[in-house]
Amino acid sequence: MKPNELPNDLPNPYNLPDAKGHFGPYGGIFVSETLMHALEELKQMYAKYENDPEFVAEFQRELKHYVGRPSPIYHAKRLSDELGGAQIYLKREDLNHTGAHKVNNTMGQALLAKRMGKPRVIAETGAGQHGVATATMAARFGLECVVYMGSEDIKRQSANVYRMKLLGASVVPVESGSKTLKDALNEAMRDWVTNVENTFYIIGTVAGPHPYPMMVRDFNSVVGKECLWQMPEHIGRQPDAVLACVGGGSNAMGIFYDYIPHANVRLIGVEAAGSGIASGKHAATLTAGTPGVLHGNRTYLLQDANGQITETHSISAGLDYPGVGPEHAWLKDSGRAEYVAITDDEALEAFHKLCRVEGIIPALESSHAVAQAMKIAPTMPKDKVLLVNLSGRGDKDMHTVAEKSGLKL
Amino acid sequence: MSRIAKVLARLKAEKRKALIPYICAGDPTPALTLPLMHGLTASGADIIELGVPFSDPMADGPVIQRASERALKHNVSLKDVIAMVAEFRKTNSETPVVLMGYANPIEHMGMRAFADAAKAAGVDGVLVVDYPPEECEAFAADVKEHGLDPIFLLAPTSTEERIAAVGKVASGYLYYVSLKGVTGSATLDTGEVAKRIPLIKKYADIPIGVGFGIRDAATAKAVAQVADAVVIGSRIIQEIENSKPGQEVDNVKAFMAGIRSAIDSIAA
Repeated sequence: MKPNELPNDLPNPYNLPDAKGHFGPYGGIFVSETLMHALEELKQMYAKYENDPEFVAEFQRELKHYVGRPSPIYHAKRLSDELGGAQIYLKREDLNHTGAHKVNNTMGQALLAKRMGKPRVIAETGAGQHGVATATMAARFGLECVVYMGSEDIKRQSANVYRMKLLGASVVPVESGSKTLKDALNEAMRDWVTNVENTFYIIGTVAGPHPYPMMVRDFNSVVGKECLWQMPEHIGRQPDAVLACVGGGSNAMGIFYDYIPHANVRLIGVEAAGSGIASGKHAATLTAGTPGVLHGNRTYLLQDANGQITETHSISAGLDYPGVGPEHAWLKDSGRAEYVAITDDEALEAFHKLCRVEGIIPALESSHAVAQAMKIAPTMPKDKVLLVNLSGRGDKDMHTVAEKSGLKL
Repeated sequence: MSRIAKVLARLKAEKRKALIPYICAGDPTPALTLPLMHGLTASGADIIELGVPFSDPMADGPVIQRASERALKHNVSLKDVIAMVAEFRKTNSETPVVLMGYANPIEHMGMRAFADAAKAAGVDGVLVVDYPPEECEAFAADVKEHGLDPIFLLAPTSTEERIAAVGKVASGYLYYVSLKGVTGSATLDTGEVAKRIPLIKKYADIPIGVGFGIRDAATAKAVAQVADAVVIGSRIIQEIENSKPGQEVDNVKAFMAGIRSAIDSIAA
């Protein structure tokens, strides 16, 4: 570790956010006064429990026995050999219960909801993965669960809607705005403002007002913490670069966070370039956006000339979001992390490649990170190592991929 | 003394309560905004809250969100809204106008550029829903420097500590959100409101407006008995929404007149 090589803008040791939830100029609490009390309560309760030995022990026990952690790291040797450059390793978050990294965070927040005595949890969801993870926790802990989902997304993701219902959740269609994730988030916030006394809002990514970006990152940082001891078991050292896809940015923060002080490990976030940045049909917020305020925090946004939030496009619903977690915004500006974008077509190619060469069906979100690794591996020597967060499995994407290939399931 | 302070001081001297209606600029069409504003003043508005449409109005209910969406279909921008106020000022120099909206369009324009343009157009106050005092020190200072009043919200859940913090930065009037939830929510407990107002007065020596959940003459009257001003938004938007094209202004005026006389009936 060479902490003295951290960018000057970052505190050393790294200890962001500050008490008000700021990461440099980003983050913060940009909400109506009606929500301030709920956020203050959440901040206090999280501060009380985050280092509470009983809470931590229960969280770890649940992650081990219910989620199935630690998730393995796998050397994708056939893929690496075929590319002929750097070695690609995969952090197998796809093997978690419910099939993605999302469960780490929802488990943490559900345990906190229980401690706070809130019998009802709500969530927003785009593709339905976070909704399924939240509904799973609600079933596991006997909580009432309401999931807000854009009516457009409900049409596109009927299997996940059915999963949530099987798990006992009510799924509320959101008809406002673009009828997608951002509108579901607006609606969930409204529910929370109205029912804050008995309701815990489980946000699914490292965005939203403080303390959410910090709390979600902390719960999900179990991913990077495991990598820190797993990588030396494989190669006797840490990787040269860590790659992860970025929509809201929770799987990336989960694996990046503990690597931030390891200044010689490159952090590469991979956004969705959709049909290409130039087409305007993409969700590459950090690559092509500008700073602004949305959903309770200051961060990079995709917006028009009047400061209205624009609609996004990606083949992967989980990356289809016009904002991004504020910590990523600061990691970008400070230079500690790099952000690139991968198109729908490149992601699909990586999806098929991983299926055929390694027998692993990745989520379309994760396929973006795999695609970037496939792009840079051939340019690097064979003794270099890329660690890719394989954040979820692709079962949910069967219909999308089949359709792209001209098939109907 | 600002135009807002002047109006509220005059009403106080007359032992009357202020009526502050809200409409969203550009709803249902940009051409109707000026006639609606003049209609509001003709039917008893003391101050007008003019909404700046935003794509993601997180703190508003479905009624105001729909108004925002209708306005955005006509691409109504913050600049357009400011221009509407300038136009309004050509024939009305008395009625204060408060712009109410979200932070992002303002930040996108630039805080200083916004304050300059708003002042030049004859705007009197600014209420940015997602700017709590701790996140807008620079902005509030800018706004005040331009002689504009930064208006802030208080909620039933606001602690005494927060009331004190908000009281320090606010000017013009304070907007007390009378119930938990979003704009246009269903019920209102005026007993609860009455209990909170003395606590707020302890920290803020400015008039207090109460809004959220005021739907008719009876609720408006009940609020007027405890507050300095009655703020009414979603219910007016519904009048506009339910009007046949061409009848929006008349319907809003008729509705406003009923509210006005209910509020004035308490003075007697």
